[in-house]
Amino acid sequence: MMRCRITYRKTAPLRYTGNLDIQKIWERYLRRAGLPVAYSQGFHPQPRIQQACPLPLGFLSQAELADIYLDNDTLRPDDITRSLQAMPYPGIEIAAVEEIDLTEATLAGRVIATEYLAEWIDPLDADQLTSKASALLNAPQLLRSRRDRNYDLRPLIEALEVLPADSSHNAMLRMQLSARQSATGRPEEVVSALGYAPYDARFTRTRIMFTP
Amino acid sequence: MTFDHTMLQKQLERILPTVQKPGRYVGGELNQIVKDWDGVETHIALAFPDIYDLGLPNLGLAILYQTLNAREDVFAERVYSPWTDMELAMRKSSIPLYALESHRPIADFDILALTLPYETLYTNTLNLLDLAGIPLYAAHRSDQHPLVIAGGHACYNPEPMSAFIDAFAIGEGEEMIHDIVNAYQAWKRSGQPRATLLKALAHVSGLYVPALYEPDYHPDGTLRELRPLDPAAPRRITKRIVAKLPPPPTNFIVPSIDVVHNRVAVEIMRGCTRGCRFCHAGFINRPVRERPVEEILQAIQTALKQTGYEEVALLSLSSSDYTQIIDLVDQVSKHASENHLTISLPSLRIETFSIDLMDKLKSSRQGGFTLAPEAATDRMRATINKPIAAEQLLETARAIYSRGWSTIKLYFMIGHPSETLEDVRAIVDLCKAVIAEGRKIIGKRAVLHAGVSTFVPKPHTPFQWAPCDTQEQIQAKQQLLRSELRGPGLKMTWTSPKDTMLEAWLSRGDRRMAEVIYNAWQNGAKFDAWQDQYRYEIWQVAFEQAGIDPAFYTHRMRAEDEIFPWDHISPGVRKSFLLGEYRASQTQSFRSDCRESCFACGILPTFAELRRANPGKHWMCPEVPIRKKKAVLEPVAS
Repeated sequence: MMRCRITYRKTAPLRYTGNLDIQKIWERYLRRAGLPVAYSQGFHPQPRIQQACPLPLGFLSQAELADIYLDNDTLRPDDITRSLQAMPYPGIEIAAVEEIDLTEATLAGRVIATEYLAEWIDPLDADQLTSKASALLNAPQLLRSRRDRNYDLRPLIEALEVLPADSSHNAMLRMQLSARQSATGRPEEVVSALGYAPYDARFTRTRIMFTP
Repeated sequence: MTFDHTMLQKQLERILPTVQKPGRYVGGELNQIVKDWDGVETHIALAFPDIYDLGLPNLGLAILYQTLNAREDVFAERVYSPWTDMELAMRKSSIPLYALESHRPIADFDILALTLPYETLYTNTLNLLDLAGIPLYAAHRSDQHPLVIAGGHACYNPEPMSAFIDAFAIGEGEEMIHDIVNAYQAWKRSGQPRATLLKALAHVSGLYVPALYEPDYHPDGTLRELRPLDPAAPRRITKRIVAKLPPPPTNFIVPSIDVVHNRVAVEIMRGCTRGCRFCHAGFINRPVRERPVEEILQAIQTALKQTGYEEVALLSLSSSDYTQIIDLVDQVSKHASENHLTISLPSLRIETFSIDLMDKLKSSRQGGFTLAPEAATDRMRATINKPIAAEQLLETARAIYSRGWSTIKLYFMIGHPSETLEDVRAIVDLCKAVIAEGRKIIGKRAVLHAGVSTFVPKPHTPFQWAPCDTQEQIQAKQQLLRSELRGPGLKMTWTSPKDTMLEAWLSRGDRRMAEVIYNAWQNGAKFDAWQDQYRYEIWQVAFEQAGIDPAFYTHRMRAEDEIFPWDHISPGVRKSFLLGEYRASQTQSFRSDCRESCFACGILPTFAELRRANPGKHWMCPEVPIRKKKAVLEPVAS
């Protein structure tokens, strides 16, 4: 048995595919690629595929991570990359494959923060966005309510940065948000708190950060 | 019309996060086929008029998608009904219904091809046309509008939908679809008006163009005749079949979200020789044609490679009757256990051999074992021609419980012709006998789930003359079942009589039903197949507005010589044969499996030439000398 960590981009075709379905898609991707995924023991064996951190529905990502277990000891990361790329799956772009020690802690337990980009679908005033962002960072607290739960968004925001528009994109907001157990910041909430409609922006995850 | 793709994308980006399961509306799945829009002569939208989740797994559309896209001059795309939340959002933003591959509006297509496997999709069909911006009535369409065609089992009585569909494809579509496309292309190149296209289509074997006919009614409301208005229109439209099943599709589109059936589906056999008299599929899908084991195994291998699926379904109307079933199951199961595959094999007969098959497939015991006795007394079984001895059912049940299943599902139907409350009570007794066996074997874990649906007499079956039970009759029978089919381990589900009424009206309706369907849609009916969406009152009002008594279609005993609204559509089975079967049902006479002896249903003379041209063992009718005259003398409906 071997364990591999796959870094991949989730692109437009899978943008509206939720986490449970992504799990299924990985199973099928590995089958198509002829990679012998390992199954859990027990009455209902499940393929051993572990994602680092669920991505909200409708988000794109440049940096998803999944650990897969294979019933094989001899494959090298290069072989796995080649097999995956030979049978491309729409919506998944393989960025890197590395072998990981079987005993290492799971990714999901080590996530501490995530980084997102919000790109506005229509052009907007970057200066205004910048001043709103600094006001937000200067606020002592940001009381919000989500799904009937009141919470303070401010401590969940670790960094905000405005990227002005250029020829390829409208103005964007880069944000680093806490992603610890019961302290997870949601990027749509930040956009709302800035006074914009959350559905006016397109979200892309750019990084998942872990404890060492 | 110019098409602004970016604009639509932006609108969708804002809408999709606000609706349930937005993955239904984007396409882009594995194995989707995309072509350059402008580089293709003919654009076809294949539609299933219900949501993506139900429509994507539809095997008929998968077959058409593959065979059409194999042509360089055709681009076939998919479209489904948006769920109510998405429909609202689309109407609010003036987004017309679009195809999943190109995201082009459906109105830009040459042909809109709908599948109508069951009647409760009719209002959805109207809604789909409306969302596409296509005039609902065929007569209101001009040269600029797509040609709207429909196929599928419900089209064997096309009359209720005849006002809305330009042409119905009767029978199997594999070859017919290409004839339709060719006729369309020839017409388009000719620059002639739409009326010319309709006449050209009427010449295509298996196609029914309703605009070329006019009905005449007797004063009592029954049909006098359906008169062809044009020399191009044949008096009778005989279904098309393929003489030999072509290799099955393998390059299935793999949805990126969960849908009802997520699996490779391979049709191992088409048709059924058992002759159950209630069964629409059994009469319209004759003759039985089998695929060779080798071809099925090959298809499974290829499909698994192309899809990565973890489940395979072997489909047919009666799996146990597939000649090489043991060989097939042995080979498939060998492959399955090596690859963590789940194999499903539905429609098994009530015999212990069926359990052997499931054992070989290492079938999961979780979902329970399903059997369909349909009736519980010998008299009823003889009436419907589904003979199963009670002892055989009990023996099968014992074997199921003792070999690892704790749940048995039994499907029954109430409302068979001449059924009495005693016949219904026998369902209770039979279920109690089965659960008693289960408790003897595995104690309190034993579960019996009785699914009791209500029979609706269908066109082209021996019971097409019979009335449907009234709501009061159905309620009395269900009341009996609900009060007596109780006890530890017993569960029962049933169909609301109001759902049954809708199915019954639409199944045997004539052209006048079109107004009722239109009214119902205008009054808000859609998703009638969904229990939580269907509203009986809307339909009552729709009938009132049209001045039509619904009971005319449901509760009337038909005279033996009545001309039915669907008599001009021929499934290859003679009406005289069906009448003989109806009479046989009244005397409780059995007909055995017709592979053993031919009962002259009419299939052989209808397709004699086709069979001669395609010899081989795949066609399961016995060899019978055909008396030439008979086919010619067959009475014509009108």
